[in-house]
Order: sequence, then structure tokens, then C-alpha cells
Amino acid sequence: MNLDFTPEDEAFREEVRVFLKEKLPKRLSDKVRTGQHLGKADMEEWHAILNERGWLANHWPKEWGGTGWSVMQRFIFETETAIAHAPRVVPFGLSMLAPVLIKYGTEEQCRHYLPRILDGTDWWCQGYSEPGAGSDLASLKTQAVRDGDHYIVNGQKTWTTLGQHADWIFCLVRTSNEGKRQEGISFLLIDMKTPGIEVRPIKLLDGDHEVNEVFFTDVKVPVTNLVGEENKGWTYAKYLLTYERTNIAGVGSSMAMLDRLKEVARTTMRGGKPLIEDPLYAARLAKLEIDLENMKTTNLRVLDAAGAGHAPVAESSMLKIRGTEIRQEINDLMRRAAGRYAQPFIAEALDEGFNGEPVGPEWANPIASEYFNNRKLSIFGGSNEVQREIITKAVLGL
Amino acid sequence: MDFSIGEDRQMLVDTLSRYLADKADWKAREAAIESDTGFDKAMWQGMAELGILGALFGEEVGGFGGSPFDIGVVFGEVGKALPPGPFLATLMAGKLLEAAGDAETLGNVIAGASIATFAHEPAVSADGSVAPQASASGSGDSWTVSGAKGVVDYLGSADVVVVTADTGNGLAAFLVETGASGVEIRDYPLVDGGAAGELTLSDAPARLLTDDASAIDTAIAAGLVATAWEAAAVMEVLRDETLEYLRTRKQFGIPIGKFQALQHRMATVALEIEQARSAAINAAANFGKDAATRDRFCSAAKYTVGKVGRLAAEEAIQMHGGIGMTWELPLSHYAKRLTMLGHVLGEEDEHLARFIELSMAA
Repeated sequence: MNLDFTPEDEAFREEVRVFLKEKLPKRLSDKVRTGQHLGKADMEEWHAILNERGWLANHWPKEWGGTGWSVMQRFIFETETAIAHAPRVVPFGLSMLAPVLIKYGTEEQCRHYLPRILDGTDWWCQGYSEPGAGSDLASLKTQAVRDGDHYIVNGQKTWTTLGQHADWIFCLVRTSNEGKRQEGISFLLIDMKTPGIEVRPIKLLDGDHEVNEVFFTDVKVPVTNLVGEENKGWTYAKYLLTYERTNIAGVGSSMAMLDRLKEVARTTMRGGKPLIEDPLYAARLAKLEIDLENMKTTNLRVLDAAGAGHAPVAESSMLKIRGTEIRQEINDLMRRAAGRYAQPFIAEALDEGFNGEPVGPEWANPIASEYFNNRKLSIFGGSNEVQREIITKAVLGL
Repeated sequence: MDFSIGEDRQMLVDTLSRYLADKADWKAREAAIESDTGFDKAMWQGMAELGILGALFGEEVGGFGGSPFDIGVVFGEVGKALPPGPFLATLMAGKLLEAAGDAETLGNVIAGASIATFAHEPAVSADGSVAPQASASGSGDSWTVSGAKGVVDYLGSADVVVVTADTGNGLAAFLVETGASGVEIRDYPLVDGGAAGELTLSDAPARLLTDDASAIDTAIAAGLVATAWEAAAVMEVLRDETLEYLRTRKQFGIPIGKFQALQHRMATVALEIEQARSAAINAAANFGKDAATRDRFCSAAKYTVGKVGRLAAEEAIQMHGGIGMTWELPLSHYAKRLTMLGHVLGEEDEHLARFIELSMAA
């Protein structure tokens, strides 16, 4: 047993670090580090830089523009980019749709859509959740009725992240009301410019516009936009649960956040002493750090098993739960560090080019909104309660 | 990176596992913990003959292993089968004999011909006062040690004790024979099986093993790795037994594992146990690093197995209900052992404080 990375992996890590040093624009890493908003252009800029190097779709098969990296290399890449405060790659086209197309789509669909995801022509969003179908996704009602060469789609999707930027949406739609609910669902690709689609913003508790509602009224979608077979969409959606979960724990992201938190705890004075010397605060920080160290190894164990061909469904759920709990605890400790200065909030300071006067410690402005925004972590991607259901069935066999 | 334990170690695990299944079944355990010594000397001897004790030490001193992962897997099997015996005492005393290069004494221990234990922590008397640090005086081949040590594992069965004492120039390790003059022993049983004793030394003749205090720290670190691996293994037994019970025990006409209140708690227990397993691996993997890094990961592991151990033990008993409270059910003994491991070599809060201290210094 040996937890050291191989010399090849260390060389790869160095290659990633050099790349980040040379190619990651400081303007972008500063924004990520200080919690400023990233615009569509920022995300597209980072995608283009990664794509130029051939690393954007690193987990795709080589023939479609992937890298052939091992799971360990992917883990190293994800960790290093997060530590360097690189923007997160927008996952909808790259990590959610593409694997489904590659596994279940036609050759023609792959040829058409995949290059457009890589070069940024198409921005994708995800149409899964509905007002009445959250954790119980199979109860979705948005309907697609076959009419000659088209489906006519009516219904509503919600929580559509960054849908305001999207050119296309991949949707789970109901194509049958017969039999089991899961067996009447299809996977459909819809052009957002099609008449009958309306996107309405949802303002979140932190004041931000990140998610949307998408309404479909008699939207005509060509039958050729169906992925795989009709009524098999549930299988395709579930496939994502077993695919590309190397980063579900967000180890790199937590490491970067923890570094920032420790820096803040060292420089923040409380009662005449650095906050990090406060025994109660130090205890919470230490518990968090130990939990993260443990999770890093748990994550590597899961990757190791995945490399050996074991599909880590339940283990991924464990990593999702603990990974999000850790990030939320970091957000909470940041909030505590700010004291009363958690409260003042200059929203414009989160936008590029703000040159007004900060209130209180410079780092404190975004931290309450980050805390509130990250309540989503334990809700999205299958709430942590749903993850416990998955663990119950898959690992515990109850 | 490699998470497999390797072929040689797998053979060691298989040998030990088969032996314990054969010689240390539950009935044998019952008899052992009710005996005067608190363990089965014949089983111990058999294990020594199989070379199990040798696996804890390096080749230079007559062992054939001694790496942190060798220690880990041996204590993992101990955690699975729960045979009482001076495992930890042998490891920690032996690590100091190893550091002193005393292959002869250690050879007898490895062969099962002699029982060694480790006396480090001070005794506490009836009024709650803590004994002062044991002291040693003398020089060269002629030393005596005085002091009182508390809860020394299997002291009543020990032939030799490795005692820590202050020479005036810091902490050193001495070898004391239990039959020597000035050695007083009070032996007693432990709540989780096995035995220990209070050791009082009054100018007891002693042999200096090492005056390098870092060798004592290394022995303690090895003990922490062992304890973490034993605890993780006990947790996995508790988890598997509890899952089996949730699947088979019926109330309200269905298996109780169908109740979500229990399912989600069990999912949390399973998740935490994976974290504890990772913490144990981390402690072993960082054992060879500089002392501060090693101790930081050892403390992280002891904190984690302490915290998760309590959760796993309490939830196992709770989910079993009344039957989990009975002596008859092996599970209750696993829960007791796991909980008491939390008290061995420092509790979770002490190790959290040590982790903070080491992190600050880094």
C-alpha cells in the first residue's frame, strides 16, 4: 500500500501547473479567488484556453477529442485547476450531454454536436427538474407528442442553471403514460431559439441570477433530435450517475477554499489575538481539515477502485455528501470569521471593474452571499437525502 | 498509488485470519476473558509460532516485517476476531527493544517465550492525584527506576516491562523484569475483556534501553497506527452485523431496514466508517515522514476513529435494540471494545488538540 503518486503522475501534475501558470489569466483567477461574478465571456474564455491545449473535454474518448487520461490524471487536473483558482468548466454540454451522446447517440449526432461543444458554438443547459419533479424526477410531466417528423413539446422546466446563456437544452420529456413512470421518458435535444420557448429568471436568496424557469408552448422539435430510443431516456439520465464522477467530492475546490479560510483566520484579530488561536474556532477548523484529509484518501480509494473497473455509484454518493458538507462548513467558518462584517453587502463589488471603497475587510464582502448560494450544494445533483437513499440501496442493500 | 496490501501481506492476513477463526472463536474468547490472565496463553504461543508477532518487527531484530502497513493488517485481523491478548503491549514494548537493538529480549517476545508490556502513563490514585513522572537514577549498566504507572496492559502476565522514566536529562526507556525487587503489581480485568495492572516501582533494578526520547514517540506513533487499524476493523464488523440485522429483523411486518429513519442513519455510519478507514491508511502512509507530519496524521487518525468509533458503537447497539444490550450477542462486545479503544493512547479531544498544536507549528 502506497499513497504516493507515481513519478509519471507527478510529472503530469507539473505539466498542469506550468500550463496554469502560463495560460490561466490572472484576471480570471482573481475573480474566482475573491468571489467575483464570472460572466459568460469569462467562462467561454477559459473554455477556449483549455480547448486550445486539448484539455477541455479531457474525459471524452480520444477519437472525439478527449485526452485518454487515467482517472488519476483527471483527479490531478481537477485538483490543480481548482487550487489555482481557475474557473470551473461549465459541465452541461461537456460532462452531462456529451457522455450520453457518445454512449447512446448516433454517429451523426456526435459528429454534429460534439465539435460545437468543444469550440463553444453551442452553450447547453439541462432540462431535468420541474416544479412538481425535484427529487422525484420520474414524476416529470413535460410532454412530447409525436406529430409526423416532429415532437410537440408542452410543459415547464425549472432550476435551469445558466439557461439564460444557452443555445440548446437537453430535456427529459414524457413520451408515454403507459406502464412504469420511468419507462415513458425520452431524452430530447431542443434548440432554445425554437418558437414557443420562454426563459424566465429566478432570483436566488443571495440576489443572484443563476437559475431559470423554461416554459415550452407547442414547441416543434424534429424527431432526429431524439437521443437513443423513445421511452429509454431514464436509462440515459441514470448513466450520468456512473460517469465522470472523479470530481464529485470537490477536493481541489475545498483545498483552495481552506487555504483562503486559514489565511483569513491568521490575519483576522478577535479579542486581541488572531482568530486561528481561538480554541473553539481552531477546533472547528481542525475537524474540518481532518475530515478533508480523510476525504482526499477516500476519494483516491474510490478512483483506484474505479480504475479497476468498479462502478462507484454508492461511493460517489458518499463523496457527494461529505464533499458538500465540507464546503458548506468552510463557508460557515468564513462567515464566522467576518463577524459583523458578514452583513454589509455591496453587490456591485462582485462585478468586474468595481473601484469603489470596500466596507470592512476586503475579503468579507462576498462571503455571506457565497454561504447562502452554497446552500445549493446539498440540494442539487440529487439532494444529500437522495444520496443517502442511493447508499441505502446500492451499498447497504436495505 | 496502490491500495492493495500486496501478496506477502495478504498471506499474513490469511494465515492469521484462519488461525484466529480456528483457535479464537467466541467460546474460546469467553473462556479467555474469564481466566486469571485475561487471555489464552496457548493461543498466544501458537500465534508466535506462526510468525505473527514477528510481522510487527524488522528483519534486523529477528522479525520479518515491521512496516506500518504490516502492523496495520495484523491489528485489522485482531479487530475482526477480537481475541484478547497483549498485542499492543508487544508492539510498543517491542518497538523500543527494536530501537535499542536488543534482539535477544525481542527474540524471546517474538517467539512467545516471554511476554513484554509497555508502561508509560502515570498512575492515578484514589484521591485523583496523578503520580509524578517516574524517575531513573544510575549510569552505565546500573540503573534503578521509581514511580507508579497506570493501566499497563497485561501486566500480571508480563515477564518484562518497558518503562519510561526521567533520567534528569529527559525521558528514557528502561527494561524492568517483573520478578525483580522493588516491583509491585496489582492486576485487574478490563471492561472490554483482557487485563491490565498498576505498576509501582521502588528503586527497581532496570536496564537502559534508549535515552533517545524520539524512540518513545515512534513507539507511541506505531501504537496509534495499530489502534486506528484495529478500530476501523471493529467498525466494519459492527456495520456488517448491523446491516444483517436490519435486513432480517422484522417489526410492523417488514424488515426494520425498510424504515427510512434507520436507513439514513446507517448511510451516515457507513460513510463515516469509510472516512475512518481512510484516516487509518493516512496514519500508516505518513509513518515514515518527519516526526511532525507522522504525529499530525496519527492524531488525525486517533481523533477520527474516536469520533466515528463512538457513533458506530452507539448506533450498532441502538439499531439492534434490546438484543444489542446483551452479553450473549458478540456485537455488544465489539461495541465495547471499540468504545474503549477510544481511551487507549489518548482520547479524541486530546488528539484534536495535538493536531492543532502540530498544525500551528508547521
